[in-house]
Amino acid sequence: MIDYIERLNEDYRFCEGLKACMNCGMCTAICPAAAVFDYDPRKICQIMQKRDNALTEQLLASDMIWYCGQCIGCRTRCPRNNTPGYIIQALRKVSLQTGLYLKSAEGRKQIKIAKTVGENLLTKGYCVDIDLVKPEMHPEQGPMWEWVYANRESVCNRCGGNYHGDGAGAQRKLSDETKKELFAILRETGGESLIRKIQNAE
Amino acid sequence: MIESSQWHKYQKEIPDGPFFFVRSCIRQTFSMGAEAMLQKILKEYLGLKVYEDPRHTCCTGIAYHTDIVPIETSMTVIARQFSLMNEMGYEHLLVSCITSFGMYNEILALWKEYPEKLEEARKNLYKATGRTFEVPKSVIHTSDIIYKYRNELAAKMKYKLVDCNTGEPLRMADHVGCHYAKIFPMKGVGGAEFPQVLSGLAEPWGARWIDYTERRHCCGFGFRHYLLQENRGYSITHSKIKFESLAPHNPDLIVTNCPGCNMFLDRWQYTIAEMEGRTYDKFGHGIPVVSYEELAALLLGENPWDIGLQMHQVQLETLMDKIGIPYDESKKYLGKDGEYIGKPDTPEILLV
Repeated sequence: MIDYIERLNEDYRFCEGLKACMNCGMCTAICPAAAVFDYDPRKICQIMQKRDNALTEQLLASDMIWYCGQCIGCRTRCPRNNTPGYIIQALRKVSLQTGLYLKSAEGRKQIKIAKTVGENLLTKGYCVDIDLVKPEMHPEQGPMWEWVYANRESVCNRCGGNYHGDGAGAQRKLSDETKKELFAILRETGGESLIRKIQNAE
Repeated sequence: MIESSQWHKYQKEIPDGPFFFVRSCIRQTFSMGAEAMLQKILKEYLGLKVYEDPRHTCCTGIAYHTDIVPIETSMTVIARQFSLMNEMGYEHLLVSCITSFGMYNEILALWKEYPEKLEEARKNLYKATGRTFEVPKSVIHTSDIIYKYRNELAAKMKYKLVDCNTGEPLRMADHVGCHYAKIFPMKGVGGAEFPQVLSGLAEPWGARWIDYTERRHCCGFGFRHYLLQENRGYSITHSKIKFESLAPHNPDLIVTNCPGCNMFLDRWQYTIAEMEGRTYDKFGHGIPVVSYEELAALLLGENPWDIGLQMHQVQLETLMDKIGIPYDESKKYLGKDGEYIGKPDTPEILLV
């Protein structure tokens, strides 16, 4: 079995996130994810505090680590300066490295994110881009967004923007030289390979 | 304002520039006029020096918080922004996005605590781009600047947040983005528990600030949860928690400093109205949601349609009518060359 605890200990977020949990439950009380999912950040701290490799493997393959919304409000309130949200980030990293995320339904949803946000970052250089927010995928955006989306160049430029233009301004196109540098960073630091690995996991 | 004295220490030094400005990919998508208007306010109304380098990029914060890129990628992209800033001779970074603001603060804290990660960023950046960098003297959120100059701006404003018919102050609620101060409370004006960065605008701009139980609750973005269509129940639930907490206080407006929160608190009011027939004001229009720079521009007398206020789903006319701000409805749906480009459909429940 992989030594998951050793891998987690290599991540500063795990070390900073879990100091000494006294099981008070403050994090769970204020956690938005705990309010809507079968999720309990206190339980995450309790499991990880045991440093049990088999239990950790179960956690890495479960839905539970994918419920956190990373508001990081737990960091503010913990009386012992733990940050369950950081522990979650470290657990997700190991789950993605080892492929255990594919064993959970919530984990497998990473594939969709890699295909949307990830693809956008690898091609346009933006995580979020107006062209990606298609009204048919976003009914909650309302009829106003349908109008904005249909007229995005005109509306953007009326408000001082620079839709797909050269130079500065909202919605500007990144120059070839800028994209070359950004994409080189994504390659050099493992960002591109992680996105591609998740995209191709199906 | 209810405040604990211990939170008075959560104040920060806010320089007066010159600033190296970095955009928000969310704000430039959903509030396309806001950052242009912000720059106009800083440059033309306050005389500050602000530079936007077209070579800067997305900080990768959304990819980082959805776990599809490692922190090594984000810290190197951020190192490149610093390199550009150094190259152009600036020392103060001015950040439009709250997610980005959290990212910059986190990376700087990481490098301070773990100097080997700073060296790794230097090595990665040089290998990928040939660039070197030094860290900035300060990282400031754009709402910090508006807060700092709130009184100077108030003196230049044509309008106040006052009901033009009754003379009563309007009731202003605030919502501060989670990553403004919940990760690093010392980096936010008033910290995480008693944030002043928006509530502090109320009095000088004429309003009465109203507290509400769920003031500090997340808007519900939840990164992956909103980006995954099937998980959006998470997102709308938390905005609804906030609206239910707010409604008894009869707010005239909600002011935000996070581009995502600004959009969610606007759009989810539409969605809740269409799903449940519930609106959160007395007359069925919803509660107007504006960012600090949209509000400042409106009160300074800028044309609401140049600010981009027509792009809000909860329309701003009710707020402008209360204040007595004139607007030309016939110019609301004009394109960049003054041509009429059609108008949006009308929601079934939410009044526009």
